[in-house]
Amino acid sequence: MSRNLQLTEDGKLRHLLTLDGLPARILTQILDTAESFVSIGDREVKKVPLLRGKAVFNLFFENSTRTRTTFEIAAKRLSADVFNLNIATSATNKGETLLDTVANLSAMQADMFVVRHASSGAPHLIARHVAPHISVVNAGDGRCAHPTQGLLDMFTIRHYKGGFHNLRVAIVGDVLHSRVARSQIHALTTLGCPEVRVVAPRTLLPRDVESMGVHVHHTMETGIKDVDVIIMLRLQNERMQGDLLPSAGEYYKHWGLTPEKMKLAKPDAIVMHPGPMNRGVEIDSDVADGKHSVILPQVTFGIAVRMAVMSMVAGSGA
Amino acid sequence: MKILIRNGRVIDPASGLDAIQDIYVAAGRIVAMGQAPADFHANHEIDATGLVVAPGLVDLAVRLREPGLEYMATLESEMHAAAAGGITSLACPPDTDPPLDEPGLIEMLKFRAKNSPGPRVYPIGALTWKLKGERLTEMGELHEAGCVAFSQADTPMANTQVMLRALEYASTFDLPVWLRPQDAYLGKDGVVHDGVVSARLGLPAIPVPAETVALQTIILLVRETGARVHFCRLSSRAGVDMVRKAKADGLPITCDVAIHHVHLTEMDVADFNSNCHVEPPFRSQRDRDALRQAIKDGVIDAICSDHAPVDDDAKEKPFQESEPGITGVELLLPLTLKWAREAGLGLADALATITSKPADILGVDAGRLAVGRPADLCLFEPDATWTVSEKSLRSLGKNSPFLGHELQGRVRYTVIDGHIDYKAN
Repeated sequence: MSRNLQLTEDGKLRHLLTLDGLPARILTQILDTAESFVSIGDREVKKVPLLRGKAVFNLFFENSTRTRTTFEIAAKRLSADVFNLNIATSATNKGETLLDTVANLSAMQADMFVVRHASSGAPHLIARHVAPHISVVNAGDGRCAHPTQGLLDMFTIRHYKGGFHNLRVAIVGDVLHSRVARSQIHALTTLGCPEVRVVAPRTLLPRDVESMGVHVHHTMETGIKDVDVIIMLRLQNERMQGDLLPSAGEYYKHWGLTPEKMKLAKPDAIVMHPGPMNRGVEIDSDVADGKHSVILPQVTFGIAVRMAVMSMVAGSGA
Repeated sequence: MKILIRNGRVIDPASGLDAIQDIYVAAGRIVAMGQAPADFHANHEIDATGLVVAPGLVDLAVRLREPGLEYMATLESEMHAAAAGGITSLACPPDTDPPLDEPGLIEMLKFRAKNSPGPRVYPIGALTWKLKGERLTEMGELHEAGCVAFSQADTPMANTQVMLRALEYASTFDLPVWLRPQDAYLGKDGVVHDGVVSARLGLPAIPVPAETVALQTIILLVRETGARVHFCRLSSRAGVDMVRKAKADGLPITCDVAIHHVHLTEMDVADFNSNCHVEPPFRSQRDRDALRQAIKDGVIDAICSDHAPVDDDAKEKPFQESEPGITGVELLLPLTLKWAREAGLGLADALATITSKPADILGVDAGRLAVGRPADLCLFEPDATWTVSEKSLRSLGKNSPFLGHELQGRVRYTVIDGHIDYKAN
């Protein structure tokens, strides 16, 4: 899909809106670039001048502290000037349209918009309307995509497993409402992972999820059997009781990741979670903090991956 | 005004006539075909050489956006656009603001339409007060004011008790009820078909049972009451199968499809094209193929434009926040011709779906070419190609998924009530 919108005519990354349709070449380039940024965090001076003089606007139409902060850190390490706008609490509540908000901020000499929005496709809409020198990076839109999260997960998997070609990966939980899961699935299938599973009750899976190239499992017993990677998804509080699920307790019993269930996976399996975790709902504390868990390194890698994306889109020839 | 339409290929789908003939029009009627009547002196002659002379199109769903929604389009603009599309009679659904639920609103609409050039306007009254699905409207009064049928437009009816009684009450007056089969809960807040695209893009979905569950309910109530029901905008293969069976059982039902559903599928939504945000949603290719077959078989009686002009501000939003609807009056003919060519159907059969058959559903004297009939005609050049663009559309709504498409078939003249209402440049 968004291939043309996301890439420049000579095939460089122009915007990052979704991993759906991005070629493996670009995904790998982002991961390789991120590799070179990982060590910057360990240096005395944690800065490189790649985005010096560039104005990066964090446009968060939906609240987020964690993702916004990691984007801010990434931009600052690239020496950009960062402006945070919590639009969830300002202009659009006064009736301004999304495109008017963007036009106004463009007039403030923005170079890059990092956008989070509750509606799927909002970053695409912005990308179609911004001036040619402005790049858009999707920080999560509706249920559609969270491409930097998907990329940092790929970075983590590659870091611990060396690659994707012999892996079995299970994504467990609320795939239906998850932009993270969609980005992970697109990235894994593009990067050549031979078996991607989704594990959830039917109420939490899109009807035609198999069309995305995944195998469907409804139980943990079959779903995480012999897998190399387990990715747990966050279950939103409002979905724990109602017409999707009867209770958090029943969910935990069937789909929560416990030390006993971990034994089904390969002995060297890694456990990931995009955060924030619901301990005792989708994951047991002993697993979250245990030897298989790579949840905290994910966060660290997230900064390097976002630096890579921002430096690439800013350097796409604008 | 006396008009001689000379040397056109006259096609009357209802009678099967397809011949090069002259048509003579006087005092709003067709007074002769073929042979000139005695003492006929035309005030105006149209050389229709190379043109098809067809009955004016009858469109079962055109939103004129009045009253109350003039920020989207106006009655004048959309009447003009409809005439440019070859439409000479149209039904307008009651989803205005306020909805068409009072005789005064119908009288005003009829008055406005009468004083504006363009097609004949047949209002569809609201079946329930404010379309809320709770209290019946004064259908008897509304009928006297000019309503030809009653409908919930795109608002689903949750209460089956009210549905049953609405059907009973309408059938007391022998008035038809037009319903878009749509369950009130399944697919609520959905914006696309529950299929591969909703899975991929993460857009809230509307499953096929949203249509079939409602269809089944209505069909059972028709069986019970014998009420005449017209199903609007079928979208699924399963829905088509149910209508096929119900018709075979002899139930008094008819149905239509929107022309865009004949051509597009859920895949066209990709990349969040809000011009493809429409109710019901575009479904899978299998569904679309079943709709096409059903028109050919006659299970689907008519094709309509489901014209819904929407302003740019309401469309230039993230997909799920955008206003649903597609502008369509000017594309009904060329898109129907395109389908007919692809389906290997003759012109007469294709034209029947947008002329005589919808006229029968409306129950009005339209959609036929014969001596004594109203002189409502559409003259078009079947092979002329043109490109759909914001500029080429006269409707104030530019919200078409066909922008940029090259289409075949261009209206040259539209004659309504014996007057040349539209003439292409």
